[in-house]
Amino acid sequence: MSKSERVAGTVANYVDERTGAAKWLKKNLNKVFPDHWSFMLGEIALYSFIILLLTGTFLTFWYDPSMQEVEYEGSYQPLSGLKMSAAYASTLHISFDIRGGLLMRQIHHWAALLFMVAIVVHLLRVFFTGAFRKPREFNWILGIGLLTLGIVEGFLGYSLPDDLLSGTGIRIAEAIIQAIPVVGSYLAYFVFGGPFPGEVFIPRIYTVHILLLPGIFLALITAHLMLVWYQKHTQYPGPGRTEKNVVGYPLMPVYMAKAGGFFFIVFGFTAFLGAVASINPIWLFGPYTPAQITAGSQPDWYMGWLDGLVRMAPPLETHAFGHTISWNILIPALIIPGILFTGMALYPFIESWMTGDKREHHLLDRPRNAPNRTALGAMSLTFVLVTLLNGGNDLLATHFGLTINQIMWFSRIGVLVLPPIAFVITKRICLSLQRSDRELVLHGKETGRLVMLPHGEFIEIHEELSPEKKWTLTAHEQLPPLEIAQENQAGVRNPKGLRAKLQQYASKSHQEQIEKPSAKDVLELGDGRH
Amino acid sequence: MNFISRYRRSKFFGPALLAAALFVLGTSYSVASATTFKAVTPSNDKTTLIAEGKEIFARGCSSCHGLNLEGGAIAPSLIGVGAASVDFQVGTGRMPMADMSVQAARKDPIYNEAETAALAAYVASLAPGPAAIRNEDLAWERSGDAAEGGQLFRSNCSMCHNFAGQGGALSQGKYAPSLMGVEAKHIYEALITGPQSMPVFSDKIITPAEKLSIIKWIKAAESEPNLGGASLGRTGPVTEGLLSWSLGIMALIGVAVWITAKAK
Repeated sequence: MSKSERVAGTVANYVDERTGAAKWLKKNLNKVFPDHWSFMLGEIALYSFIILLLTGTFLTFWYDPSMQEVEYEGSYQPLSGLKMSAAYASTLHISFDIRGGLLMRQIHHWAALLFMVAIVVHLLRVFFTGAFRKPREFNWILGIGLLTLGIVEGFLGYSLPDDLLSGTGIRIAEAIIQAIPVVGSYLAYFVFGGPFPGEVFIPRIYTVHILLLPGIFLALITAHLMLVWYQKHTQYPGPGRTEKNVVGYPLMPVYMAKAGGFFFIVFGFTAFLGAVASINPIWLFGPYTPAQITAGSQPDWYMGWLDGLVRMAPPLETHAFGHTISWNILIPALIIPGILFTGMALYPFIESWMTGDKREHHLLDRPRNAPNRTALGAMSLTFVLVTLLNGGNDLLATHFGLTINQIMWFSRIGVLVLPPIAFVITKRICLSLQRSDRELVLHGKETGRLVMLPHGEFIEIHEELSPEKKWTLTAHEQLPPLEIAQENQAGVRNPKGLRAKLQQYASKSHQEQIEKPSAKDVLELGDGRH
Repeated sequence: MNFISRYRRSKFFGPALLAAALFVLGTSYSVASATTFKAVTPSNDKTTLIAEGKEIFARGCSSCHGLNLEGGAIAPSLIGVGAASVDFQVGTGRMPMADMSVQAARKDPIYNEAETAALAAYVASLAPGPAAIRNEDLAWERSGDAAEGGQLFRSNCSMCHNFAGQGGALSQGKYAPSLMGVEAKHIYEALITGPQSMPVFSDKIITPAEKLSIIKWIKAAESEPNLGGASLGRTGPVTEGLLSWSLGIMALIGVAVWITAKAK
């Protein structure tokens, strides 16, 4: 034993005798994680969050969360001598008079955008592979919670500099609060401490942005990861992979190195973006006053779909009993997002109701093997994409020679028509891919080699798949649709009535599959050709 | 230098030197003064100018605007629009229009400065209107205040022209054009004549001094380097979102694929 090993051993022993950490560490450092690029997407979000904490802390050193009016005396000349809030002045100060301040601001903002992108991409991976199924429903809900909080946290951060763009965003937030029937205007007064803009919302959202929400984030992320740890990671189907094992590499040393290295790559890449690409040039926007507005006022992308929904809403209002109900804000900004996020959070339960499947799942689905779910996902994505495009309708109009009115009508109609079309097309594509898989397993790959048999027949040689590949293509199980008795033997109708019918219908749609080849099918073929 | 020392005593050397010197002098004078021999300039005489303008108008403009500026089904009357309006519309290439789209687009001017001046003089001769502005009359660099101009810009202009003067969309395919690379006099003329969808900002609403400040701010925004790196078009968060979804996440996914690739 070398000297350094002896020293390390002594230290480790010292710690272990006092904490008993060795046993726990030994168990957990050997924990196995499956290897796939799509399992790293959540990590991008996690690392972005760490970058946000670090750069955000730097920004708090100089940011002044105050709406007190000051005169700008910093080094950016085109704003020199203007009256502005201390919040805006201090953000300018960070950008122009603090060494590395602008870089830190830009890294912070890029990291925020990438954080949300990574969350969404991670969510799509979990959704399309069915990783949310039992026992991971709670973790799915935690994830939806993180997504929602991320949107709120991002919006608050966007609002803090108090430039013309962020003030406009807050004004719209105020309008959304006011659109809540009956209590809206009182709530708005409550939030802003009086009429808009007041003098309190910057200090208030600052506290929420840097204390409350990051705290909740930390707690939820911890719970999210602990559940992954406890329930173990899912894995893609393949030879040797079952519902009872996890095939992969141990945390120590493989994943320590991979994940640790990946952190630095994410950090470096975000810093690169912050260094070369301008983001939110607040000095160009100027200080916020409620009397001003700029063309091209847009939220950050994760709110863009909401903005797009509001932009396409027809001007509907009801006046009754001295109250105005603004349906044009209420429906797109509160009701539709409410339905979307509730539906998303409940989806694991909805699917298990449709399939009647209450078992645990640790093997992931290939998206094509769950055609209905994949189609639902494509449908939702299409909806969001149409709304997101409409959120940037003014830029689409100027840059592609279109008119805002055309885009608005395209979106109004498209948002209703395109998602169902996407559903049908995606489902058909999934079923075709299943057919192609079946064909591959039964007849192998086409080699393009034509052979003439002695009696003159031409055949193409098909190359049989490897047993591993065949296993991967056929490992999924295909459940039959639920058989729900609509009445019992005595002729009494199912007391659940309509619900039972609905479930029967949903199950039938959900379990529509191309039958996968069975062992019998393969044996019957014999030599692997027609 | 053998060449010179061999012939410098020759009796032809003096006259040859003189001829060479005269040639150099003459050539350099004619090159240096070439600019003064410009092609036919329209006479500064006002009457001639108006006559020339009338001829250009009859050839290039009257088919839409009418022989007497009375306008028609597809073009407005030009009576009383003033020389400023002509100088703006023709000087920025908007008139004559290339096509009948909803809005005349800025393009390379069809008529040169002299022709534009003649057209302006002709249109102004028929009815009074705001006079054309000359760049040298606008002392925006000296007397403008960029900070004040920025405030005025954000109060009056940015709702259509975008916070950095990059332009923006209006309804039915109309748009507020980008203000980048526009001459100071054209900005001023647009303010006082209100071309197309733009309102008129009379001297009572925005004083001439304030107009100069606005011009100064626009020029400052135009010449401002991109302080935070690539500008992404100065159009707000849309392009930022686009970049995070394209280069941003794709690069990181690429790294993830690389990290998890099986060793071969």
